[in-house]
Amino acid sequence: MRGLCKLFVVLAAAVVSAAAMAADTLTLGFLALERDARYDDKRLHFRNLAQPLGVPLAGAEVAMRESRFVGQALGVSFALEPARAADAAGLLVELERLHAAGVRFFLVDAPGPVVAELARATRGRALRLFNVSAPDDALRQEMCQPQLLHTLPNHAMQADALAQYLVSKKWRSVLLLEGPLAEDKLIADAFAQAAQRFGLKLVDRRAFVLSNDPRQRDQGNVALLTTGPDYDAVFVADSDGEFARSVPYRTIRPRPVVGSEGLVAAAWHWSWERHGAPQLNGRLERQAKRRMADPDWAAWIAVKAVVEAVVRTESTDFETVAAYVGGGEIILDGFKGNRLSFRPWDNQLRQPMLLATHNAVIERAPIQGFLHQHNNMDTLGFDRRDSRCSF
Amino acid sequence: MKPKTVRTALVATLVLSLALAPAIARDTGLIFVSSENDNAVTVLDGKSYEVVKAIPTGERPRDMKLSPDREQLYVIASNDGRVDVIDIATLAVTHSIDVGDDPEMFDFSKDGSRFYVSNEDDALVSAIDVASREVVAEIEVGEEPEGIMMSPDGRHLYVTSEVANMVHVIDTASHEIVANVVVGNRPRRFAATPDGAEVWVTNELGGSVSILDGATHEVKGTVTFEPRGFRADEVTPVGITMTRDGKTAYVTLGRANHFAVVDVASREVRDYVLVGSRAWGAALNRDETLLFVANGLSDDVSIVDTRTNKVLRSVPVGRVPHTVVIDD
Repeated sequence: MRGLCKLFVVLAAAVVSAAAMAADTLTLGFLALERDARYDDKRLHFRNLAQPLGVPLAGAEVAMRESRFVGQALGVSFALEPARAADAAGLLVELERLHAAGVRFFLVDAPGPVVAELARATRGRALRLFNVSAPDDALRQEMCQPQLLHTLPNHAMQADALAQYLVSKKWRSVLLLEGPLAEDKLIADAFAQAAQRFGLKLVDRRAFVLSNDPRQRDQGNVALLTTGPDYDAVFVADSDGEFARSVPYRTIRPRPVVGSEGLVAAAWHWSWERHGAPQLNGRLERQAKRRMADPDWAAWIAVKAVVEAVVRTESTDFETVAAYVGGGEIILDGFKGNRLSFRPWDNQLRQPMLLATHNAVIERAPIQGFLHQHNNMDTLGFDRRDSRCSF
Repeated sequence: MKPKTVRTALVATLVLSLALAPAIARDTGLIFVSSENDNAVTVLDGKSYEVVKAIPTGERPRDMKLSPDREQLYVIASNDGRVDVIDIATLAVTHSIDVGDDPEMFDFSKDGSRFYVSNEDDALVSAIDVASREVVAEIEVGEEPEGIMMSPDGRHLYVTSEVANMVHVIDTASHEIVANVVVGNRPRRFAATPDGAEVWVTNELGGSVSILDGATHEVKGTVTFEPRGFRADEVTPVGITMTRDGKTAYVTLGRANHFAVVDVASREVRDYVLVGSRAWGAALNRDETLLFVANGLSDDVSIVDTRTNKVLRSVPVGRVPHTVVIDD
């Protein structure tokens, strides 16, 4: 845990060839809960595909290291200041403390409701929040805020990526299994929406429970849950992942499993090998002594976005940097092969999705052939016309 | 440690015998293509373009260059952290030089006594003495150094850092970084005008070439590419080569499956030429009548007539061709 609390300060050096700026420090805050069930060691032990592999501060730390030389060239020190609290109210206190000290850019590593509360409370303030670990669609739709940006893909982007893949394989009829948690329903709803959008047929939508109770056998037993009319694939919506990991090979029919297990749509995967990914994975593994997953990538790219804006604007002025981060000119390199930027209508980072199994990336979405009039990555998630966000 | 001593002795004997051997291997006309996924260098006949041999190398062979006397071919084997040296007369690896983790590109010093390698994983540039085959210096640079080029006068070494979007300019006498120059996004490889006044660097994600002033180390121009029918996102320039007179640059455009012919003086794109899938490596033959382009995802090499900018033919090579070297 010592490493987590470390304050990373990158000192500016004398060697300057790019336009010289006054020696300046830009500090990013990293807000996280003291106890976050999503990173519970006991659950992470199972390493199911629905879960992160550790706290994403590591991703931000890797990005800080990468910014060292470019900071030197510009005469800017980049620093990262982690702060923790028990709940949203406590995080707000931490945020105010850092804001008073001049911090304007914050990475927020918290579940959707906490992110929503922080964003509501800071609307209109001179700051930017980067949501790095909450995939909730609502944060990009009704609950969107102008100062809240999202680097983690949302449920709709994941669902669309998988739907495109199923369509490309002509696996057109799908059985949807849905868990009892509120977040399971969000995942299931997103997939139902994607199925409709891409012309997949939902054969049935069935609720599962984690139980050996014989009275709930038809909901706890995968074989019984997967009987009935035929389908091409099973989509399992399980935010927790404990049920999902038992679905492959237990279905009554020999059908592939996708969603929260089997084949998942991820922002990042440790087995991704292209566009410099092995080097990035190596850096994260050296930093955190574990593999890299979605929230790590989201935290990493959030820091990279701020650094890129400082480099290109040659400024550390908040308004200048914030405008460039959210603007159309920015080119972010997410090591996924595409130029990334934030969608102006809901502040979601547009990006390719990696469709991955436990140890391989099978395909990258948008899948070839799914075209968009402006940017093919906008076939994933909420395009402008789907947006219910008004800032 | 003992086996190492034995190996060093063996290698030393080998060097001696090679040094005494008569120079017979120049200008064979052969074309060498490194094949990343075959762990081999594919050798093509210079006239028929038939594969005459595949020379086994270390894992993931990538950048290649002829030794200054043109008798040997140096090949980076990235996954083995070494450079394999191929004797062109016998078409076999004679020895290997350990160069540190995950090397990708390299270049020789002006007198050929050293070469410099980028080590992507360690954020280092290593200088290797050719005679002793030892790493004689390590220079710390930004994360993911990749492209590397010696200035024509040998005074500066240019290194790209993919993640910092910078070019490091290193003084070859002191091994100090004298400038960190911010360029376009994901800078990859270099070419220079013969007088060293302009250093061109491709920006893979930026879809452009940044032009550095060789004297002031400042960006003094940018070339952008707009081949018909492609979106900006699909134009990913990586490979670059320049004619000896410094008048024409050839820039491969990666996912756009084209290369661009650029007039160096006016910085205008004169032509876009369709080649294979993910065009990266580019090399001219000695009289500069032919351009060879390695197409990484279609496993072939396009051979282009530089007078007409027409593709004469595409020849199959190994899997994931990276670099082409012509010994003509």
